[in-house]
Amino acid sequence: MNYTFHWHQAFQALPAMLDGALVTVEIAVLSMVIGTVCAIALALARNSRSRAARAFASVWIETARNTPALFQIYMIYFGLGSLGIFVDSFPALLIGIAFNNAGYLAETFRGGLRAIPPTQMRAARSLGMSAPQAFRLIVLPQLFRTVFHPMTNQMVWAILMTSLGVVVGLNTDLTGVTQQLNVLTFRTFEFFVMAAAIYYLITKLVTLSARLLASRLFRY
Amino acid sequence: MIETDFARTDLWFMLRGASMTLALTFWAVLGGTLMGFVFGVLRAVAPAWINVALGGVLDVFRSIPLLIQFILANSFKSIVGIDLSAFTVACVVLALYTSAYCAEIVRAGVLAVPATTRRAARSLGLTWWQDMRLIVYPIALRVSLPSWVGLTLGVMKDTSLVLWIGIVELLRASQVVVTRIQEPLLVLVLCGLIYFLMSYPISRFGAYLETRWRDHD
Repeated sequence: MNYTFHWHQAFQALPAMLDGALVTVEIAVLSMVIGTVCAIALALARNSRSRAARAFASVWIETARNTPALFQIYMIYFGLGSLGIFVDSFPALLIGIAFNNAGYLAETFRGGLRAIPPTQMRAARSLGMSAPQAFRLIVLPQLFRTVFHPMTNQMVWAILMTSLGVVVGLNTDLTGVTQQLNVLTFRTFEFFVMAAAIYYLITKLVTLSARLLASRLFRY
Repeated sequence: MIETDFARTDLWFMLRGASMTLALTFWAVLGGTLMGFVFGVLRAVAPAWINVALGGVLDVFRSIPLLIQFILANSFKSIVGIDLSAFTVACVVLALYTSAYCAEIVRAGVLAVPATTRRAARSLGLTWWQDMRLIVYPIALRVSLPSWVGLTLGVMKDTSLVLWIGIVELLRASQVVVTRIQEPLLVLVLCGLIYFLMSYPISRFGAYLETRWRDHD
């Protein structure tokens, strides 16, 4: 083994990489928010009476779950170009991950909705609540309890998926910044070990804070 | 008739990529399941310190993006100076990654066997090995197999990341075809269709196992 490690270069680059980590977290959080909203709509569409809505939701969910996330990002980045829609790498990554999150979370929500007895909805309606009110005040809080843990997992997945941005040329997130430094210096191993450590810390932070939050929120 | 430059050789090229995807999936799932089985059983039965240490190490594989694991393994290979093909590196990384998830599945399966059942087996005179083989294994298998099918599906999708270390699998092959004929939508839809055809039967099989085994509990 005749290789000298140059860790100081990697440590010098730490501030730039932490800036990248911030972008990574930003993409992950945004994609989760968009994904959750879409997932609730998809879960409701999958149970709806309209056949078109059911078909649309099925196609979305099956595509998101049965093809690689990288493929979905490619589809938005390269595929939409054929239709004359040109998407930059940042929005392509964001939309791709949000699409993927929505597909997975929709199934989670559907399972969660099934776990809530229909009598709850009927009781709420007979107490005089409107349908949206009953959904918001009775169904959603109970749904949140059952889907909290799967959502935490999905959040970790979203963070890991943001690393795919580099394949479509994103250079502002953690992996993108690291790759740029790598191209400049060819200290591949040192830089990517740093990146891996930062990813590890971020995911641990997310799971730990989720556990704390769960113990506060779901005490009863 | 739609004009297209998509030739039969392009389809052939993409199918060869798909066979690479399947080969990677096969070795990763084979290696990952064998290692994951050992790790999972160890985590379920070993003393706490082994459990915590092993769990911590395996957790690393699940907390770092797979893409970065590939890059690290590939550059580490060059640093140490061992001559391995990119395919071997990809298989090893994927197998370790799979084993980390498989260990959790196996552990959950073993722990799902009620302690009372195992005590009953032991008090009927079964040895520890007999208990593991004849009581725990069949029950744990039922609990674990649906998640294992899901894991296999996940690994098949994750093999697409090996394009970064220079292996031409289905997605990379599609990208090459896109570069040649400049019709991204057509080629990518075809690529997605091939992925779908490979993973849909497996996912149906998983769903079938889940409902069938639930009904006969």
